[in-house]
Amino acid sequence: MIPSIPQSRYAKGLYGAYVALFFVYLAAPLVVVGVFAFNNSLFPSMPWEGATLNWFLGDKDPYIGIFHDEALLRSVGTSAFVACWVTVLSISVGTCNAFLFERGKFPGKNLLYMVAISPLVIPGVILGISILVFSNAVANGVENVFGWEWDFLRPGLFLVILGQFAFITTITTLIISARLRKFDITLEEAALNLGATRFDAIRTITIPFLKPALIGAAIVSFLMSFENFNTTLMLVGSDAPLTIAMFDRLKQGSTPVLNALSLLLMVVSGVLALLSVFAQRDRREKGAP
Amino acid sequence: MSTPNPTGSVAGNGLKLGVLLMATPLLLWLVLLVLLPHIDLLMVSLRERISYGKYEFSFVNYIEFFTEPLYWNTYVRTATMSILATALTLLIGFPVAYYIAKVMRGRAKNVLFLLCLIPFWVSELVRTFGWMILLRESGVVSHFLQWAGLVDGPVEMLYNDVTIMVGLVYTSMLFMVVPLVSVLDSLDDSLIEAGYDLGGNAFTVTRDIVIPHAMPGIASGCIVVFMLTLGNYLTPTLLGGKSSLWFTDQIYTQFITRFNWETGSAFGFLLLVLSSFIVWLGLKLSRQTLSDTVG
Repeated sequence: MIPSIPQSRYAKGLYGAYVALFFVYLAAPLVVVGVFAFNNSLFPSMPWEGATLNWFLGDKDPYIGIFHDEALLRSVGTSAFVACWVTVLSISVGTCNAFLFERGKFPGKNLLYMVAISPLVIPGVILGISILVFSNAVANGVENVFGWEWDFLRPGLFLVILGQFAFITTITTLIISARLRKFDITLEEAALNLGATRFDAIRTITIPFLKPALIGAAIVSFLMSFENFNTTLMLVGSDAPLTIAMFDRLKQGSTPVLNALSLLLMVVSGVLALLSVFAQRDRREKGAP
Repeated sequence: MSTPNPTGSVAGNGLKLGVLLMATPLLLWLVLLVLLPHIDLLMVSLRERISYGKYEFSFVNYIEFFTEPLYWNTYVRTATMSILATALTLLIGFPVAYYIAKVMRGRAKNVLFLLCLIPFWVSELVRTFGWMILLRESGVVSHFLQWAGLVDGPVEMLYNDVTIMVGLVYTSMLFMVVPLVSVLDSLDDSLIEAGYDLGGNAFTVTRDIVIPHAMPGIASGCIVVFMLTLGNYLTPTLLGGKSSLWFTDQIYTQFITRFNWETGSAFGFLLLVLSSFIVWLGLKLSRQTLSDTVG
């Protein structure tokens, strides 16, 4: 079934209808979440009670809109804080790793590479509990031997950042490595011949070349951190990031304020997704030199 | 560190030190956040709490898993449901991937592919929330069915296995469609045309040409989907409610609710073993390596 092979109109129509139905399936949950953000009812469910902006702007109980919901806003802030740290850490370490794996030659490189991509095949919940168990063991050990209280190793934001960093770094490493592989090493050698130091050559030639991948990887890691649930669930302390706060509200049943928040999240992730696609496109058009 | 430096343009000693410096964050990351925690997880799962702060080596946590039917059944159930979800995702996603890769042309193709990706930039929580609004008793589908006169009263469609499956397939779709589209894109149209010229029909061409060519994509899609489904927590818990009986939920209960870390660690390790085994099996069967699949 390709355009150059004649097919009956019936078969073509049926195939097209199937694909259309598939896209309805993809869009349906997202559309209802968005639409019910405007429903003038206390629950995100039928019947439709008319349109309202209360779930965005409302400030009278029980019509508390997202812009006045202190708890949810605080959790958005917590998530953004975590995501920023995870992005900075995983981009820095990912860049180092990319150089090491693409340029370095040392014994055991393949084995190390296997270990470096293994976090992708560890279920998030298990990554979470293993870091929880280990950090707790370290904290207990330090307390028993030295009598120091290392509270940052107890469940809390520090562990959440470490847990997300543990697997997001694999992803940034892969994205940045893929770009570095296309780099023409002679450009760097030319810079060295022209009297640049190694550091200058990397700073002025290689890093600008890597920029699209760095931006793409930064967007991906920010979003993955912001939306992470499984690993975070196991490591979270008293400050709940957004996904955890939303999960708790969902279990209890909530007003459509969650829809309003979800709609805003969708818009932001949509914009970020398009940005990262353009960053990738930039990479494809300019290509390797 | 005995091998010569890579570019051959800079003095050896400086570069060795450089490699060592570059390797520090990598080693810290892998040893402190991946290797040691998992070793510790295994150690904790192999001990028994005798009294406060006193532990002894024992297999009691694993024995508990194999003798308590609830745990064992949940484990098997999670594995079977994950395999089923993977198969369904493949069956539903394959025609769509083929349509995008082979039937569509030019700009429309890119747009359709992008449309496929965008839902997955949205958090899994929001997507599951959408399914809850659609399927709950006072939800959109229930109201539509009543309005259409197909049912008499409200229907509750949440909290059963079919709903869990719908949600799991939805959540995994991206990880199936993307590798399939890229592998089908590389299939030369003339091979399909030759198949038809030689008297094949849609069925035989798909069976003998398209599927064998798409095998690497099918394998990597299935591996990733299976792994993610097995480790999923949100979708089964929210769409399945108390009847979800998902293994990650057992782990959560042991760790957070019952504060029984020893049993929880054993469960976590068992899930890790199952997940790694299936990934390994998938790679062996499709003759691929892990780096091909994720890279």
